[in-house]
Amino acid sequence: MSAPTQARTDDSSEQAAGAGRPERDPVLSLHQNQDTALGTIRRGLQLSPEFARGLWLTLLFALVATAGKVIVPVAVQQIIDNGLTGEGGPDLGFVARMVAVCAGLLVVTMFCSYLMNLRLYRATESGLATLRRKAFRHVHDLSVLTQNSERKGALVSRVTGDVDQISTFMQWGGLLLLVSTGQLLVATTLMAVYSWQLTLVVWICVLPLFFGVRWLQKLLSRAYLTVRERTGDMLGAIGETVMGAAVIRAHGTEERTAGRIDTTVLATRRAQVKAQRLSMAVSPFAEIVAALGNVAVVLVGVWLGIAGDLTAGQLIAFLFLMTLFIQPMMMATEIFNEAQNAIAGWRRVLGVLDTAPDIADPGEAGRVLPRGPVRVGFDRVTYSYPEGPVVLDDVDVEITPGTRVAVVGETGSGKTTFVKLLTRLMDPASGTVSLDEVDLREVSFSSLRSRVVMVPQEGFLFDSSLGDNIRFARPESTDAELETAVNELGLSDWLGSLAHGLDTPVGQRGESLSAGERQLVALVRAYVADPDLLVLDEATSAVDPHTEVRIQRALDRLTRGRTSVAIAHRLSTAEAADRVLVFDDGRIVQSGSHDELVDRPGVYADLYASWIRSSA
Amino acid sequence: MAQGTTTADQAKREGDPPGEPAAEGVDTSTPDQVTDPHKGVFARGMRVLGVAARTEPWIFLAAVAGAMLHAGVTVGSASVLGYLTDNTILPAFSAGETTAAALVAAAALLMAVGLGKAVGLALRRLLAGLMQFRMQARYRRAVARKYLELPLSWHHRHPTGQLLSNANADVEAAWQPLAPLPMAVGSVFMLVIASIAMVVTDPVLALVAFVVFPILAAANVVFQRRVSPMASRAQALRAEVSGVAHESFDGALVVKTLGREDTETERFTRSAHRLRDALIQVGRMRSIFDPFTEALPNFGVLAVLLLGMWRLSTGAIEPGELVQIAFLFTLLALPIRSFGWILGDLPRSVVGWDRVQSVLNSGGTMEHGDRTLEPTERGLALSARDVTFSYADAYDADGGVRDLLDDTVTGARTTVLNGVDLDIAPGRTVALVGPTGSGKSTLTTVLMRLVDPESGAVSYDGVDLRDLARDQIPSHAALVPQGTFVFEDSVRDNIALGAAGVDDAQIWAALRLARADGFIAELDGGLDARLGEKGTTLSGGQRQRLALARAIVRRPRLLIMDDATSAVDPQIEAQILAGLRERDDAATVVVVAYRRATIELADEVLYMEGGRVLARGSHTELLSTSSGYNRLVTAYERASAENEAERAPIPEEPGPAEPRLPTGGHSTDAAEETSR
Repeated sequence: MSAPTQARTDDSSEQAAGAGRPERDPVLSLHQNQDTALGTIRRGLQLSPEFARGLWLTLLFALVATAGKVIVPVAVQQIIDNGLTGEGGPDLGFVARMVAVCAGLLVVTMFCSYLMNLRLYRATESGLATLRRKAFRHVHDLSVLTQNSERKGALVSRVTGDVDQISTFMQWGGLLLLVSTGQLLVATTLMAVYSWQLTLVVWICVLPLFFGVRWLQKLLSRAYLTVRERTGDMLGAIGETVMGAAVIRAHGTEERTAGRIDTTVLATRRAQVKAQRLSMAVSPFAEIVAALGNVAVVLVGVWLGIAGDLTAGQLIAFLFLMTLFIQPMMMATEIFNEAQNAIAGWRRVLGVLDTAPDIADPGEAGRVLPRGPVRVGFDRVTYSYPEGPVVLDDVDVEITPGTRVAVVGETGSGKTTFVKLLTRLMDPASGTVSLDEVDLREVSFSSLRSRVVMVPQEGFLFDSSLGDNIRFARPESTDAELETAVNELGLSDWLGSLAHGLDTPVGQRGESLSAGERQLVALVRAYVADPDLLVLDEATSAVDPHTEVRIQRALDRLTRGRTSVAIAHRLSTAEAADRVLVFDDGRIVQSGSHDELVDRPGVYADLYASWIRSSA
Repeated sequence: MAQGTTTADQAKREGDPPGEPAAEGVDTSTPDQVTDPHKGVFARGMRVLGVAARTEPWIFLAAVAGAMLHAGVTVGSASVLGYLTDNTILPAFSAGETTAAALVAAAALLMAVGLGKAVGLALRRLLAGLMQFRMQARYRRAVARKYLELPLSWHHRHPTGQLLSNANADVEAAWQPLAPLPMAVGSVFMLVIASIAMVVTDPVLALVAFVVFPILAAANVVFQRRVSPMASRAQALRAEVSGVAHESFDGALVVKTLGREDTETERFTRSAHRLRDALIQVGRMRSIFDPFTEALPNFGVLAVLLLGMWRLSTGAIEPGELVQIAFLFTLLALPIRSFGWILGDLPRSVVGWDRVQSVLNSGGTMEHGDRTLEPTERGLALSARDVTFSYADAYDADGGVRDLLDDTVTGARTTVLNGVDLDIAPGRTVALVGPTGSGKSTLTTVLMRLVDPESGAVSYDGVDLRDLARDQIPSHAALVPQGTFVFEDSVRDNIALGAAGVDDAQIWAALRLARADGFIAELDGGLDARLGEKGTTLSGGQRQRLALARAIVRRPRLLIMDDATSAVDPQIEAQILAGLRERDDAATVVVVAYRRATIELADEVLYMEGGRVLARGSHTELLSTSSGYNRLVTAYERASAENEAERAPIPEEPGPAEPRLPTGGHSTDAAEETSR
């Protein structure tokens, strides 16, 4: 069963996406945001109001700060034109006054620049933290997370790498972009005040550089893409040496892997050097443009000066201003490239937020289930993946309160889907699933999740202590309550065998514990949650028989007095159940107790026979 | 119970000499003793950069030459401006006319300056990049090849993530300062000639530079000192945010089914806010530093103008000289910052270098002999004599993962094999049975010589494995682990794994025997279908069958299966085992098993407990002769019987010893290790 394409397309954000068929991220089946760059920024700003808060004041500071860049050229011009030619030699008094005023202005602009920087850092990082939080919460609401476990890495990068990319841009490129734009604007204005003709000359010289930068940047972003791809291949090859260490040694395939390493490392280096060649090309190019500009300024300037339209100080100021013009250009390709990455990252994050949760919580309006063992009803329930085969076909079943039900069937028979519908990890395509006669879709999540608890096949544990993992189901429980729970499940001998008891660190994903012990923790966790309907997906992996005994004992006590539905991979579970539901090809083909079913010819008898063959 | 004890005094380093230099041009000098990571960073960083300069001397020299050209021309450009002011601009403006010769000279000078700068810049940046990427590639290859060479026991001691980031991020960090290095060298040169130019032009005005530029340099140092710990903190918090997201999404099913999305979001938000605060802190430092360093040269220019006017009035200098010095100030600000960039990268570079060196200097290359085994189809005779084995815990006593740099010899070790003796006749199928942690999985890795025993010996057909040539073991024996690694490659390559002379028909035959032909045939592309992250992902059972086919296709004379079909449906498992036994060339088979059906297929059972073989015989014999074996294989049946008897509490009864580390940390089951 491949990734279901579950996200709805009819959400309102589609209007913002503009014309065209909504595209889907093929990997994640998420909404693929098709906004233009500006549209992305607009939507992004809406989602993180911190960005725009006080932006006008920040921009005002930015304006003053960039104006500071022209203080020195103006001072040079003033002093050459008015200071040099005072009566009886240089006018020292004028120069002193001029310098004092300029120094004062420099202090002011320096302070404004500080405020602008600080406000920008604060606004963007706060905004991005909000974006992270919203995206994280939203990912948890998406069913893709529980159904397509292979692609979780990609979802993680939506709240980490993608947001980091925006952050990196804001901390460097974004700021430079703002300052550079201001710098060009202020320099151009000042130039125009001195001489519009010469300003025109400068712009004509610089314009080709502008287009050159855009063109280079396009080549560059393609080159960087190649670098990323090659790096990915290389890390894959290097990863083999680590993750496949045992396989490589067992089959003696060192040469093959070494060959792949050499090839991919060299390919990466080649791609890097190529990208570097493009990214550095703009600087020498800009130097030559600057030289041409300088020549033009001097020639045209002298000609204008002779005509009386320009002073010597203004001409020299132009040469100072040229450096303000060229600097931003030298970094422009890198800035644009980062900007492009940042916008792409932003677009991906928005894609997550624009994917409507397909399993919606009715929230406050939802109904609350009463406590006590639950009655489960499936009324003509059908499920199929969009454009996929029907996996559950017209299932009708009623489970009376307090019954232990075992669900059996071959792989792909629909038993996992049955359980996912029961816990509302998915909604049926047609028909109704009900608990105590209430449609599951009308039950508020808070009520549903406290009444119905599922123990998945893999007992996932968080990297903290054993106690914290059990407490996850009910954060307010005390250690004493946890110990009671362990005791009531008959596991106190096991807990006692752990040197640190409840404080035992379980390691990442619980890997410090054995697979069987992880299941034990998951069972205690479910017990602490105290559900009325317990849904179990039995683990298939082999556990040593002694732990197996403990698991059986705990399961037995956990299911007492509750309605329980277990996907049974083991014969004993089906034997011990009050009722067995046999699935075949999306339908319930048999139902009854083990004793009733085992002697009747049919799917169950066949399954039972092969079980007996393999495990007795 | 000797097994499961962790004793520090058993610690013994794999007594191999430090590895040969991994590749030409890769420095494997012993890393400096790491005491305080920030102590002497500059000197150590310079030594790292020295390694690069010595490895790529010509590229380095050419890059520096480019940088010097650029520096020289930059200083020259200020003189050109001064010259033009005095000889072209001011005369023209005062006289109201100029000569074509003066204008041509001005244009030629300005163009020459531009071209000189362009050439210098291009050389410098291109070659600096080339040098950086060449060093990165060189060391990545060296590290990865070292990984291939190091014994499995070394791999077991180090978490996967650390090893991957060593080859990637650590190598990158080590050579990061190479990018700005030529510029910094050029900047030193530029400062020297600029100082000389200023002193020559006017010593009084030069004084301003001698005040302003040291302050600027000092500000850079102070800033880098203060900001680099903040930046590392932000980096660590980034990793934390990512860790929380990974874990939370991995546990999505638990989070969702227990309705804990809100508390998880809170946990994530706390992390994200810590990161935000750290980044804002970095931003605040920059907000102070950037405006200051930008304004400082401007203040210098103002001072030059003021002093210069006074010097002009006394006739000590010409106006052009004043313009020249003022212009130099605006030009020098940026190069001085390049020192800051290098200083900022140095601490990370030094740490990265040390970590890379610790891998390259790791000892423990497996030595191979030159003996070969008879090329026959017959099964191997396998024997082990008094084999013992222990490994250093990958986790420390607190359950934390050890750092790569902390490859200490005194770490705690866990004994897993404690004197194993076995003899298996050619063509026999033997089941290894024992409780978790009894050493079964570790024994399989020793039998394959993935690791060497600490004492004792394993032999194939009477030849000690250590005397066999390098390719002998993989070509005569194959191990199928519990969880296997699937390469990012086609099905065909995943099965053949570069083995010579394996055709498609043989691959299909192996797949059929492993009962994997069905699902492979259904894949789009069949044998050409790509597996791994970018391709099809296989279920646990499918991966196991793939691993089995991978082993069978090599027609091994010894097949070792380490609980290799645990995730396969029992019916299919039975078919596979039956198929293996039906083959006419009787390979010797060793199978680690839990399921009774698997055990019963074996000719003989070895019962292991506490790192020793306690009993051997047929299943029925052992049921009566070995109480431990009896308890183990019947525990499950008793449990279900008692369950049925009535749902009375099951009596608490001690079964076969289940080992428990005093640390309560890492499981002793080596299967988890080999399957990484």
